[in-house]
Amino acid sequence: MGSLYRSEEMAACQLFLQAEAAYASISELGELGLVQFKDMNPDLNSFQRKFVNEVRRCEEMERKLRFLEKEIARDQIPMPDPKEIPNSPEPREMILLETTFEKLEKEMNEVNVNATTLKKNFLDLTELKHILTNAQTFFDEAVLDQSQISEDSGHLLNDADGLQGLLQTLRLGFVAGVVLRERIPTFERLLWRSCRGNVFLRQKEIDTPLEDPNTGEEVMKSVFVIFFQGEQLKAKVKKICEGFRATLYQCPETANERREMAAGIQTRIEDLNTVLSQSLDHRHRVLVSIADDMKAWHMKVRKIKAVYHVLNMFNVDVTQKYLIGECWCAERHRSRIETALRTGTERSGSSVPSILNRMETTEHPPTYNCTNKFTKVFQSIVDSYGVAGYREVNPAPFTIVTFPFLFSLMFGDSGHGVLMFMAALAMVVMETKLMQTKSDNEIWNIFFGGRYIILLMGGFSIYAGLMYNDIFSKSFNIFGSGWYPHPQRYSEHTIDHHKDLTLDPTNNSDYRGHPYPFGMDPVWQMSLNKITWLNSFKMKISIIFGVSQMFFGVILSLQNSRYFRNSVNIFCEFLPQMLFLSCIFGYLIVLILYKWIAINATMSACAPSLLIDLINMFLLNYPLEPCSSAEFYDGQKSFQSFLLLLALVCVPWLLIAKPIILKRQHSKKQVQLLNNNDEFEGRKSTEINLDGETQTSKQKDGRKDSHTGHEEEEEFSFGEAFVHQCIHTIEYCLGCISHTASYLRLWALSLAHAELSEVLWNMVFRVALKMSGYTGLIAIFILFTPWAVLTIAILLLMEGLSAFLHTLRLHWVEFQSKFYKGDGYLFDPFRFDKIIEVSADD
Amino acid sequence: MTIPCCGPKCSGFCAFISVWGIIMLAVLGAFFYVHAPSLAEDLPINMPLWRKQDYNYNYVKDLYRKAAVNCWIAAGIYVATFILSCIMLKINLRQSNSS
Repeated sequence: MGSLYRSEEMAACQLFLQAEAAYASISELGELGLVQFKDMNPDLNSFQRKFVNEVRRCEEMERKLRFLEKEIARDQIPMPDPKEIPNSPEPREMILLETTFEKLEKEMNEVNVNATTLKKNFLDLTELKHILTNAQTFFDEAVLDQSQISEDSGHLLNDADGLQGLLQTLRLGFVAGVVLRERIPTFERLLWRSCRGNVFLRQKEIDTPLEDPNTGEEVMKSVFVIFFQGEQLKAKVKKICEGFRATLYQCPETANERREMAAGIQTRIEDLNTVLSQSLDHRHRVLVSIADDMKAWHMKVRKIKAVYHVLNMFNVDVTQKYLIGECWCAERHRSRIETALRTGTERSGSSVPSILNRMETTEHPPTYNCTNKFTKVFQSIVDSYGVAGYREVNPAPFTIVTFPFLFSLMFGDSGHGVLMFMAALAMVVMETKLMQTKSDNEIWNIFFGGRYIILLMGGFSIYAGLMYNDIFSKSFNIFGSGWYPHPQRYSEHTIDHHKDLTLDPTNNSDYRGHPYPFGMDPVWQMSLNKITWLNSFKMKISIIFGVSQMFFGVILSLQNSRYFRNSVNIFCEFLPQMLFLSCIFGYLIVLILYKWIAINATMSACAPSLLIDLINMFLLNYPLEPCSSAEFYDGQKSFQSFLLLLALVCVPWLLIAKPIILKRQHSKKQVQLLNNNDEFEGRKSTEINLDGETQTSKQKDGRKDSHTGHEEEEEFSFGEAFVHQCIHTIEYCLGCISHTASYLRLWALSLAHAELSEVLWNMVFRVALKMSGYTGLIAIFILFTPWAVLTIAILLLMEGLSAFLHTLRLHWVEFQSKFYKGDGYLFDPFRFDKIIEVSADD
Repeated sequence: MTIPCCGPKCSGFCAFISVWGIIMLAVLGAFFYVHAPSLAEDLPINMPLWRKQDYNYNYVKDLYRKAAVNCWIAAGIYVATFILSCIMLKINLRQSNSS
């Protein structure tokens, strides 16, 4: 396991693979997941690459798999995840998979087509059956009506021949059919209008819904019979029926024929049902048999496709037998990678070994930080702002402590800390179980991913709460308060006649003489000037912690300069920055500590006001009048003037020194190069880019290389360097002041949190406690729940998120702006498990 | 017994609040019992009545004791609520397992 302090050392390597062994080697490297491949053919699109056919075949296989998955989902068969991820398959297995998928797809298609045809036949027969059942009623009605209207009342018609006779007498024709129920009214109206009322429609609804074979939906239909006279009306009626997509059926006129037909249809319907159910059974069985393998196949196909994508990034050499590629890998992983390559060569049965050759390059290597599950979340917080440059100091290990600490300063309540800690502990303890149930809920995933940071934040908050002596807005009195109002000084008369009294700590009158040993004295919770006192205290500690963190940031920039052997930076940036910060804000911290230690209550009338003193220091104004602004130690005026001068000297030092030195170095090198252009010997020379950071030295032989080096260094522009340094100076100096003030948010948020907590208790829970007797009991029981819910919602979630955000800002801006460049890119190795995870989310 | 009056989320939430209520009210009752001064402002002190008793400390002690008892009984009621919500949870689990 590498160190988290700096990113790992990376090596750019060239990879020579024999064409036969290429596939196996790459799949071994994919299982290993330690190599990032560089695309050697960036200007080719996907159709011009070498392995485009294989990729196409893989996509075809994926399409077939998707189709099969859809069929399985339609039948609601569950597809379990495979117990273990399958290894990447051999190339010959790919052909096997292809044939299997093709066979399955063809079979599915056949079954589906057959099922559709069968269902259509079934529908036709069912509709015909309904027509036949309802036909008798229609014709009877028609006969009845007709006999009522007919003037041949004496002509008694036999039932059996009723219809036929009728039809012959009146030369009526009829059509029978089925139409969608919602179309009946329009159908009727159109028939009436277009045939001028000369046709006669009778309709009846079918009770059971019928299944439409194309869409699979169930629709309601109605049976109808239309009587008309003459051929032209018949044609018109038929056209209208076509327009309304009503299906017409041949209905026999006599009842006997109808009965026979009905019987025949019934048997045919039963046969069709059996065939249909058997074919659906067969389809179901086939799907069940492949459902278990579906996910494993999917993973295999994805692995194959990923390997071919990587192979597409390689170059093919002239003999067509070798693939050449370039990759990044961590220096200490090289032996593992070589072992993997050897395994790959053996697997493919090739005799020629693959070669991993380290090469020198001027490109910036990627940043690789080896993290475990605990440090991962802190590293991701840092990376969200910007990925560290190569081998830059990584702020993440420091963030592990400073982040929860600054959070706890703003959140400081032990009760809420305990709740947060228990919630995070629950998530951590049930970690393995919760990781297996993959949830889609993003908010849950965010909270679960940050469980370690929440655990630390809760733990640190418990400590901060004990220091602030704040548990759900109440204080603990463990050791006995340091204040004790003497009963002799406060008689009943005094208490009666004064609304509020001030306890006097001088001369030990109301003060025991020794302070409360750990944390804030509990008496402050009940005093009226609690906030005034706490404000002063919290502001001062915020400044102390803030300036300390900024000092630490500047020291980390020193570490960076030392590592990159950039002495220009040490003398021209680190020293003036350090001096500037110390002279102004380091001095302020010393003053704060002095005021806390040396000034006691007897001197409180003339206690030095630090803010006014700082302002006066800048204005070189030393009044005698308000004794809080007067000098409070000997030689203060001269010492402060000296510090001010020192700080002011740092500004031009920071501004001008570096561009001038860079310019001098550049011109010295140009003279040197001009002299050495006549020689052909190899020589070492260092390259300096505009930022003044040295990169790895290159061996230069011959004039050609020194020419290119010469051209690269030509690009030093004094104006640009000066502007850059100007911006840096202004940013740093103004930033020191504004960031110091920005750290006061530690005070502000903790005040807000304490006040919210107190208000919640006073307005919700105290109402219940103030009631006595049985009403009090019921009130406590009832009001506890809203108090608890509001505590979680407002104080834990809202305040917690707010404090988290502010801590994040303090780290990203105030801390990291002192040393962090953040111009790197992440190491993105070729890993199968990441590819499978990513595509499983789709 | 077969129809739960809250769903799984509601009964889980009730169980959590009940546990918190039991622990917190029991501890709060204990703090009231030992006359913690931080809780003095939460007592239902009737100032004129107390003044009539010459600011006798026993009056306050009695109020402390009464408040402690109230909190403990409330904690007891939350025990009952906790048992109820556990039963609801079990019913919900059984229903979701069978369906």
